[in-house]
This record gives sequence, structure tokens and C-alpha cells, in this order.
Amino acid sequence: MDVNAIRQQFPILNQNVNGHPLVYLDSSATSQKPLSVISAMEDYYKFDNSNVHRGVHTLGNRATDKYEGAREKVRNFINAESASQVIFTRGTTTSINTVAYSYGRSNLTEGDEILITPMEHHSNIIPWQQTAKATGATLKYLPLQSDGTIDLVDVKEAITNKTKIVAIMHVSNVLGTINPIKQIAQIAHENGAVMLVDGAQGVPHLKVDVQDLDCDFYAFSGHKMCGPTGIGVLYGKRELLDNMEPVEFGGEMIDFVNLYDSTWKELPWKFEGGTPIIAGAIGLGAAIDFLNDIGLENIEEHESKLALYAMKQLRTIDGLTIYGPDDRAGLITFNLNDVHPHDTATVLDSEGIAVRAGHHCAQPLMKWLDVTATARASFYLYNTEEEIDRLVDGLNKTKEYFGDVF
Amino acid sequence: MSFNNLDTLYRQVIMDHYKNPRNKGALADESLTIDMNNPTCGDRIQIHLQVNNGIVEDAKFEGEGCSISLSSASMMTQAIKGKPVEEALKMSKIFSNMMLGEETDQEDIDLGDIEALQGVSKFPARIKCATLAWKAMEKGVDENSR
Repeated sequence: MDVNAIRQQFPILNQNVNGHPLVYLDSSATSQKPLSVISAMEDYYKFDNSNVHRGVHTLGNRATDKYEGAREKVRNFINAESASQVIFTRGTTTSINTVAYSYGRSNLTEGDEILITPMEHHSNIIPWQQTAKATGATLKYLPLQSDGTIDLVDVKEAITNKTKIVAIMHVSNVLGTINPIKQIAQIAHENGAVMLVDGAQGVPHLKVDVQDLDCDFYAFSGHKMCGPTGIGVLYGKRELLDNMEPVEFGGEMIDFVNLYDSTWKELPWKFEGGTPIIAGAIGLGAAIDFLNDIGLENIEEHESKLALYAMKQLRTIDGLTIYGPDDRAGLITFNLNDVHPHDTATVLDSEGIAVRAGHHCAQPLMKWLDVTATARASFYLYNTEEEIDRLVDGLNKTKEYFGDVF
Repeated sequence: MSFNNLDTLYRQVIMDHYKNPRNKGALADESLTIDMNNPTCGDRIQIHLQVNNGIVEDAKFEGEGCSISLSSASMMTQAIKGKPVEEALKMSKIFSNMMLGEETDQEDIDLGDIEALQGVSKFPARIKCATLAWKAMEKGVDENSR
């Protein structure tokens, strides 16, 4: 994998920030976009823009072909059985909310349990809180090991015949933990529960095969995998999606509309009310082509090398605490002595280094870690060891700058 | 190496308030307590006010946060203590104008240490940290006057 050649595809990386070459270490928040994605969307608007599924005219057909072509690219990328199981949404949040609302509210009742973990992102907590309140079901949390991993013994204990939904993230956006999704799905199924996976940090970085994982729902976003914002995917097993009611009603998703009653289109369109996110889907399709050309296996290997190198280098900094397990995805969450992560991020920014600081939309996990906030450096296919060296330098400068305060 | 740019943000006096916060702690039960969160970072701050006959007789703060939010809270409590409510609100207005980078017409009001926070206006991501305590104070005074 030629990282320098890859970097050429990302014009945004080639700039100075606060007088220093940009070091972008915030790809878990959103990744940068390669030229091919930007131009796929530009070309669509320049030459093919039209509404989809309505067309007798040529542009309408082109737009429809590109939009449905993107769906097929997603199907192939996650190895879904059929493109009808790939629903385009606004992002992971919308995908999870669709399941929590449509599946959750009609299949749960008092006494049923929803199982999640304390490491979840808010978008995989609040929809279940709301569904629990609306149905009388109970929301339960799986305990975590002290290093932020899941023990399958706990999973076997927590999932009972009361459990109806298990919703767990594939990869933690804070701890970097890669969760044993396949094994948890099996335990869930043995007990008659369905399994939803929040794949926002999974699909961009790992080869995901939804049939092999045997999960019932898998949700992810385009913008964390080199695609545009505003597009995401909900994958679901056919028999589940077939029996779910749409969440949004209006144009595009109907079969017949009578004065007092209507019927829905078949999958996946019954879940895509309104004019869909056409350019976004096309951009996501281009992002998938881009990632496939490089190879997910190569990206995974590159990131895991970077994570190992970063762990080694960051551990040379006295007073730096790293959160999460040794075996992790390409992100590292940390705190530096008593320096507040906001202050750390400001000093790093003054050196041209972009990291995330705050609660990472995971307040329950911050509580579990017993911190109010943390800083996070996250890596992607375009990052280099030299950039990690710049991060280490920046952190040493932060220590120097705040050193006399404490 | 030079930290000139950072020094406009982290002035000596700010670091002093961060390291040695003034008026940190709680007040008696009958005082006003206002909780404020900075949702972008999860920081929480609690402002306690003792207001009698239109005068802020005492002000304290508690909470967790970055150097900017905590030093600003420390300076705010110091500045409004003993002042009429109207003057405290006027200071708050001057402060938010300062954060917007606008010229402040201070008239007879002495901002003291607070002026050290002027540099925050050059760091847009940190303005909310600096205004957190002031917003809490405004909310408390507003509730008290109802």
C-alpha cells in the first residue's frame, strides 16, 4: 500500500494549518474524501441530475441507474444476500432509530429486555431508551471488563429468553475495542433475540460480511468511509424488514394511495420516503470503489501497524493515560496528566494537529472511565508514522506548556 | 520553539486563576444554584449566588472543566461579588461582546482580570468555554427576579 500515492488523492491533506503542515487525526469523527468521490458527485450534478424512479426521460434513467448501482456496490461490499436489504438512510443514527422505532415498538412489550453496553455511542443508547419508555421494556447494560472489552461469559449470563434485542457497536469509537459480534449474535439467536450492530466504526476499517456475522441489522455511515455526509445504510435480514412498517411516509415509498388508505412499495424503497439522497449514494458508491481498489485487508493492516506504533510512542510520554485494550482498532483515546483535553487539543491545533476532545458522544462510557472528557487520535489509510511522531512532539510541547501549572 | 500564538489564549493571569481558583465551593442552602453544561465537551459548572436587595452578596462556583472555563468562572465570581445585579448583567454583556471580538465600551466598569480572556475571541472553538459561567450567572439572576 503506497500511502504517499493515496495521500495525493486527498487534496485537503496538502495544506498548512496554523503555520504547520496539517496532521489530520480525527477520521473517526469524519474521514476525508478522495478526488474520485468528489468528482463522482460533481459529475452527477453536472451531467445526470434528475429525480429517480420516476423517469421516462433519459436523465431520470441515468440517475436511477447510478443510485441503484450504488446500492449494488454496498450489497457487494458487505456481502448482503440481496440489494433489497440495503436501505439508504441519512446515517448510522437514522438507521438505528428506524429499527428502534419500527421493529422495537411493535415487537417489544413489558417484561421484555433490550441489552446494550456502557461503551455505546449515544446513537445506540437513546433510541433504545425511548423504545423502552414507549413499550415498557427494560433497558439493560452488559458489564465490561476493566480494559474495556466484552467477556462472552457475561454475554451468556446477560442474554436470557426475556432478551428481545441486543444492540452493540462493532468497534468502539473511544476504546478502539473490536467486539466479538459473531459470537454475541449466536448467543442472541439461541435465546430468540435479534442482534443489531452499530457499524459506524466497523465498515470503514474492517472487512464486514453481514452473512458471516449473522447479525439481523447492521447500521453504518458513508462519511466515515471516505464518502459524503448525509448518507448511511441500514442492512437487515429480509424476513425482519418485510414485516416492519415504514417510519416515514410520503412520496417514493408508496405502491397505491387511496383516499383513506395506502400500500407500500416493496423493499428497500418502502423505507426510503421522499426524494432519496441520490448524490450521497453515488458518492458512497465511489468511496466503496476507492476502498476496494486499495483493499480493506491492506487498510486494516496499515491501521493496525499505525495503532501499534502510536501505542509504543505514546507510552514514552510520562503522565499519559491510554484508555482501552492493547488489541485495538486504529484509534487511541488518552489524557495527559491533569491537562484538560480541550486544552491539549488547542495546543495540538496550534501545531497543525487535529484531534478530537470531549465526551465523543459517549457520556455513559466517560462515567464508566471516571473522566469528564478525553482526547482522541484516530487513524485512517492516509495517515503515516511521521504524523504520529508529530503528535508525540505536540503532546510533549503540551506538557511543557502546561507543566508549570500543576 | 515559540508559543506566541498560544500565549494570547493562555495568559499568565488565566493560568493563575486555573491553578488557584477564587471562590471555589458551595454557599449556604438558601442560595441560588445554577447548573450549566457545555454539551460539546461534557464540562459541568455550578454557580452559587447569594442575592439580596438587588446586590450579589456572594458568588461561588464548583465543577470540572478546562482551563478557560474554570478560570473564567473564578474571574466572574470575583468580578460580580458585592456588585448590584444590574452591573453584573452589564459586565456579562461586555464580556460576550468581548468574546465576539467587538470593541467594548467599558464606561465606568472595571473588568480587572477578566480582560485577560480577550484572547479567547481568536479561538472560536473555545468561546463557549469562556462564556459558560457568565451564562449560568445570567440564568440565576433571571430566575431570582421572577
